[in-house]
Amino acid sequence: MSDEIKISIRNLYKIFGPEPEQALEHVRDDMDKTELLEAHGHVLGLKDISIDMLAGKITVIMGLSGSGKSTLIRHLNRLIEPTAGEVIVDGEDVLAYDETQLRELRREKMSMVFQHFALLPHRTVLENAATPLDVVGVPRSEWEDEARKWLERVGLEGQDNQHPHQLSGGMQQRVGIARALTSNSDIMLMDEAFSALDPLIRTDMQNLLLALQEELHKTIIFITHDLDEALKLADHLVILKDGMVIQQGEPQKILMHPNDPYITDFISDINRARVLRVRSVMEPESGPRSGLAGEVDLNENLETVIAMSGGDTNLSYRVTKEGEPVGILSVKKLVRALVPSAASDEGIRAKAS
Amino acid sequence: MASYDFLFNALGLRDWCDAGSSTAPMSMADLIGKTKGADAPAASFWDFPFPSMDALNHACGSFPQSRAVTKGLEDGFLSIKDGMSVVLDPITQPLSWFLEGALWLFATTPWWIMIPLMMLVVQLVARSVALTSFVGGCIALLAFIDYYEYAMQTLAIIFVCATICVVIGVPIGIAMSRSDKFQRIAIPILDMLQTLPTFVYLIPLIFLFSVTEPKLYGIAIILYAIVPVIRLTNLGIRLVDERVIEAADAFGMTSRQKLLRVQIPLALPNIMAGVNQTIMMSLAMVVIASLVSAPGLGVLVLRGIRNLELGVGLVAGLGIVLLAVILDRVTKAALARVNVAHQQ
Repeated sequence: MSDEIKISIRNLYKIFGPEPEQALEHVRDDMDKTELLEAHGHVLGLKDISIDMLAGKITVIMGLSGSGKSTLIRHLNRLIEPTAGEVIVDGEDVLAYDETQLRELRREKMSMVFQHFALLPHRTVLENAATPLDVVGVPRSEWEDEARKWLERVGLEGQDNQHPHQLSGGMQQRVGIARALTSNSDIMLMDEAFSALDPLIRTDMQNLLLALQEELHKTIIFITHDLDEALKLADHLVILKDGMVIQQGEPQKILMHPNDPYITDFISDINRARVLRVRSVMEPESGPRSGLAGEVDLNENLETVIAMSGGDTNLSYRVTKEGEPVGILSVKKLVRALVPSAASDEGIRAKAS
Repeated sequence: MASYDFLFNALGLRDWCDAGSSTAPMSMADLIGKTKGADAPAASFWDFPFPSMDALNHACGSFPQSRAVTKGLEDGFLSIKDGMSVVLDPITQPLSWFLEGALWLFATTPWWIMIPLMMLVVQLVARSVALTSFVGGCIALLAFIDYYEYAMQTLAIIFVCATICVVIGVPIGIAMSRSDKFQRIAIPILDMLQTLPTFVYLIPLIFLFSVTEPKLYGIAIILYAIVPVIRLTNLGIRLVDERVIEAADAFGMTSRQKLLRVQIPLALPNIMAGVNQTIMMSLAMVVIASLVSAPGLGVLVLRGIRNLELGVGLVAGLGIVLLAVILDRVTKAALARVNVAHQQ
């Protein structure tokens, strides 16, 4: 996989209020969100955000409500204008675009999936899915097949002539995804796309997204407030709080080494055995060793290893990557990694030293 | 002695006042006072008048009387009237043609074409056999008591005026929905058009246009009836779900595409409600417009009042009610169909 940077956000600031430029000075002087609101009546939306998003990967931006994540994603296609900073897509500064270029960007390079679906209620499912083609003036006879293809791909065969209100939430969001795919853009922005769905359907949709991604390798920017969802989908995880990035990186690393008590709180609630992978807990060692109970792949989650070991903490396993041995995993170490506070203490200590 | 003499004396305007005192014409009150003889007894503090124009004029002859206001307005209007006529006459001339044409068309088309045609239109718009037969029955009833011709005249006027209201009103409503500034200016005007007593519309129009021209009542009806369609178009577009608008933006729609493919279709139930109101208000105004020679059932109502022909007035009134019910039910049925298609 290439490590080509598709979207790069540089020192992005967003301040809501009547005179954002003035307020920006205060924010640069390190005034915090509450003080800015009380003393100057401006709301700090985003503060000094810099993120690189790799082509063909899923970047998940996670934060609680009010953390600025929805504001951030809307800067990428300029549904919201920033106060300061740069958004660079394919080497071009999006903020320098005029109206026509911006429209081109939205039509051809970026598509978006919304939390509340935002389908056109007066149009059929097929017409909704075809929106991006319809917008650029492709005649109906030409877009019908394309839209139908994507509807089928997201599992909506034979619903073409239904109206959105006749579908369940999960099915409406499938239409939303089909609509985004029909545009054939490289970049997909997903704003809490699955948050309005019930848990079972949400899991289905996550699996659908991962399956699509395996095939299509889009650059996906996914917003969520759900850590489990974030860890499941993310290649790159960005955690936002109060408009600031507190930590970003590979999800496993954040999990093992959270650098902020806020993240520690966050990750203390999740099922670590399911989320952590063998590669995050193993010790690198490629030499031969006796007394191993078996082999595990380095991308296996810990739950699988626990099941394999039958709960025996004296066992150790050889970790393999595509069949090649790369390390050793002892079940004792694995069990220790499942205790969140220990892990986080380690993380903070590691950072301090 | 007048109550406000002290004011003008204090200001040193006495000379100016006296210079103008003799020329001012007498007010009716003065005349009556004079015929009663002598000045009124010295006013007590209890009767001290409000410093109105007339009271001040009493103290100072040069000060204008209140009738100068109405007189001035009238003179002002009359002085620009010719200029306005030159501009407005040609602009509004097509309205006369439309009205004359529609009246002629509705009058000359034989009843055995007109009634089935109207039933067909109702059927197409409302898709309801019950409603279609109701409409057919009502018109047949009116025709049976020989009110067919009047009813057709009224319908012809409403047809023209309501159509023009929609053609002009919807774009104004759209413009209002797009500009807060324009909305701020337009709302007081719409409020005024809606609350101004309906008869008051007619007065300046009579000065501007000849009473024999149909456009006189056409303009009065349009001014009065256009308000709801403007208001509800504006409201409807403003109420369109912002999330859908955002999606339209995110997929790169131009503002024209957004208007035609998203905003107007989604605002259609509200726009249709506005059209319904506009038609009902045209009907209300067409009766009053019979005062300025609008033909139709209103003429019969007027005759009922003028000649105290109780039967004619009542039957014509009931005929108007029937037309109102027909128009309301048909537009509401159309609205209901639009609503079903827009259910979310």
